[in-house]
Amino acid sequence: MREELLTVEGLCKSFPGVRAVIDVSFTLRKGEILALIGENGAGKSTLSQILGGAIRPDTGRIMLEGRTVSFNSPLDSIDAGITMMFQELSLIGSLSIAENIFANRQPTGALNGIKWRELHTQTDEFLRRFNVSLDPRVLVKRLPKGQQQILEFLKAISTGPKLLILDEPTSSLPEQKTAYLMENIATLRSQGMSFLYITHKLSEVFKICDRVIVMRDGRHVGTRETSACTENDLISMMVGREIDNIYGARARAGRDGDALRVEGFSRRGVFRDVSFTVKRGEILGLSGLVGSGRTELARAVFGMDPRDSGKVFLDGEAVRIARPNDAIRSGIAYLTEDRKDLGLYLNMSIRDNLIAPSLRRFTGAGGFMKNRAISAFAAQKIGEFSIATPSAFKKVRQLSGGNQQKCLVATWASTEPKVIFFDEPTRGVDVGSRSEIYGKIEELSARGIGIVIISSDLPELIGMCDRILVMHQGSIVGEVERADFTEELILSYAAGLKSS
Amino acid sequence: MGSINDSSAGSVRGKLGAIFAFRETILILVLLVAGIIMTIASPVFLTWSNIEAILLGLSVEGTIAVGMVILLVSGGLDLSVGSTLAFTGVVCGLALTGGVPAAPAIVLALLAALAVGLVNGFLIARLKMNPFIITLGMMITVRGLLLVLAQGRAVLNLPASFTVVGQGKLLGIQYPIIVVILLVIVGDILLRNTRFFRQNYYVGGKEQAARLSGINVDFVKIFDYGLIAVLSGISGLMITARFGSSSLTVGSGSELRVITAAIIGGASLNGGEGSVLGAFLGALFMGILANSLNLLGVDVYWQNLATGFMLILAVVLDMINEQRKEKRR
Repeated sequence: MREELLTVEGLCKSFPGVRAVIDVSFTLRKGEILALIGENGAGKSTLSQILGGAIRPDTGRIMLEGRTVSFNSPLDSIDAGITMMFQELSLIGSLSIAENIFANRQPTGALNGIKWRELHTQTDEFLRRFNVSLDPRVLVKRLPKGQQQILEFLKAISTGPKLLILDEPTSSLPEQKTAYLMENIATLRSQGMSFLYITHKLSEVFKICDRVIVMRDGRHVGTRETSACTENDLISMMVGREIDNIYGARARAGRDGDALRVEGFSRRGVFRDVSFTVKRGEILGLSGLVGSGRTELARAVFGMDPRDSGKVFLDGEAVRIARPNDAIRSGIAYLTEDRKDLGLYLNMSIRDNLIAPSLRRFTGAGGFMKNRAISAFAAQKIGEFSIATPSAFKKVRQLSGGNQQKCLVATWASTEPKVIFFDEPTRGVDVGSRSEIYGKIEELSARGIGIVIISSDLPELIGMCDRILVMHQGSIVGEVERADFTEELILSYAAGLKSS
Repeated sequence: MGSINDSSAGSVRGKLGAIFAFRETILILVLLVAGIIMTIASPVFLTWSNIEAILLGLSVEGTIAVGMVILLVSGGLDLSVGSTLAFTGVVCGLALTGGVPAAPAIVLALLAALAVGLVNGFLIARLKMNPFIITLGMMITVRGLLLVLAQGRAVLNLPASFTVVGQGKLLGIQYPIIVVILLVIVGDILLRNTRFFRQNYYVGGKEQAARLSGINVDFVKIFDYGLIAVLSGISGLMITARFGSSSLTVGSGSELRVITAAIIGGASLNGGEGSVLGAFLGALFMGILANSLNLLGVDVYWQNLATGFMLILAVVLDMINEQRKEKRR
């Protein structure tokens, strides 16, 4: 057996209201690629951020090469030999490739002067070692996105870490670049570098990883040799959770007529020839891994993101949608997954938020706001959606996550839509508010509104939806009716193992 | 084995293309063309006394621009430079009239300027306050402080041992001109070629990434605010010495002219971009523009309009250029 590099013992981390990592222990060997898998919210990110020095654990011990270590910042981790490759690019566009890779490590001569020729030769040699032929002097902002991501990887390994933590490194990489990355990871492993590889793509686990650890609800539920297990073993380890009945029970009556029909939606490199329909009163789920294109698709239907082609029909009639304003007026509502940045005006009052997409309705003669009508409207919505607040003038920032989300639902339900997209409707929302939000969604569907729920939370989709579409790499690869819902089936579509 | 190759957009398009990619080259060309036109249009333009007047005119703000562009590169901003400039002059003037000899008075005044900068830097770097607001507050506070110190009256009749700083000549060139040119040359080399100063590009480009690269972000910021305050102080001493008195209103509005020069010279308010030479050329451009309008007999009221127009034009051209390159990618 190979030597141990990293040993983690009894790691725990809680955030207010959540126990993110519970008593996790595992070991990682030298020259090993260890996969870390689990559903969203299983605690993978928290665990990796603890190892990367971005978060401090509450209790537990981390040992690197037999010595106990403690990290106060990502810099401590890097110094100890653990580098985490961040998903958001750490590259600086206005500097050259060379200065990005050797950030703050440029060779210097007299008076701190940088030896440019040496820096460029050094960079060139480094790039060549990894089969990259780019001019080290080129500014990073001139490189295409895919090359920037490769450069991010090369920058991370340029300091020669003992352990590199990769969090979904291929989620936004095109196939050819993914192959390049895989090859280089394998080469570096043979040279003794270790990897902790977080991914949703089970195929990658079997392709390059030696062992895999599975997390569920913050706990480490098992470790397997990849040579001695199957994809189905891993899926059932990841799932293994019973669904409670917070989703309510509604009449799933027969429905007539399409509320929304989307035809031939394509956007190069994001989604490809996607068509689907939502019936009146139907709750449709849109599943798929992060990066599968589901949010981008919804945003394109709403006119927020561009598309190369595609038509939208509402109640059977073609509508022209170029901007969100067109979508709102035609009767499409979209509740963003990014509640805090895109969904709500946090520094404004509940009242101002509620009317934000409906300003036209509350504007009277001469462009003056109809304050009395607004007050009545706000009071009614606060009651109807049971938003817990002493006043309509309270700032949304001061509400809890659940009440913020209720506020967002109330805002968009009031635009009189024919179809509503809920993107991650209950992310960061407490259980009580969740069941209230589910109740509202069901009420809206009972009124004949077509509902689309985009969610990474499979139990949520299974509990709520009449039908689930599964996306993988920009295409709809599976359609599952309520009678056939199982997490295993949906996950295997989402991981690209199966297509219908 | 897979490999990553040059895409067409990723390569430098020939040496000539590379040279023209620099803002400095474009500015030099513009200045040359303007110079040729003005030489033809006005017999006075290409005389030593006129050139000396232009250079002397921009020696004050050119000196501050060296510090400002470094600060802009790091993602910072300082609005208090004009006040610090006047404050330094007043401190020095009061020390001199109080009987302190020239050299210690100068040191004392520069230490006072440094103190202003360190307060700015500390509040912005350590307490993570917004540079615009902190330095705006400091701009008003320091101007108030100097009014209190000077009891609202300019300090007059400064001794010759001090005024030589602003009035003396070396090889027939006035000291302030020599100072600004030296500072620009040294500053440009430092910011372009030393690891210490290049840290500013990382800090301004992505602060979090800079921290991960082991850069002491707080120190870099505090250093920059200290540096620009000392440079403002040097400007203040030069102007005080030149006039032989400490004015209380000198430097008003210079913060915005300095920022304008740096931006015309290629710096960005978003940080990560800019060069000392560019900022100086920007200041020179504004100086020559004002001088040309004067020589051509254009009413002085038109100068602000022209400068403002040029700033907007420079930024708009920059944006169009960037978008074109984006598309080519």
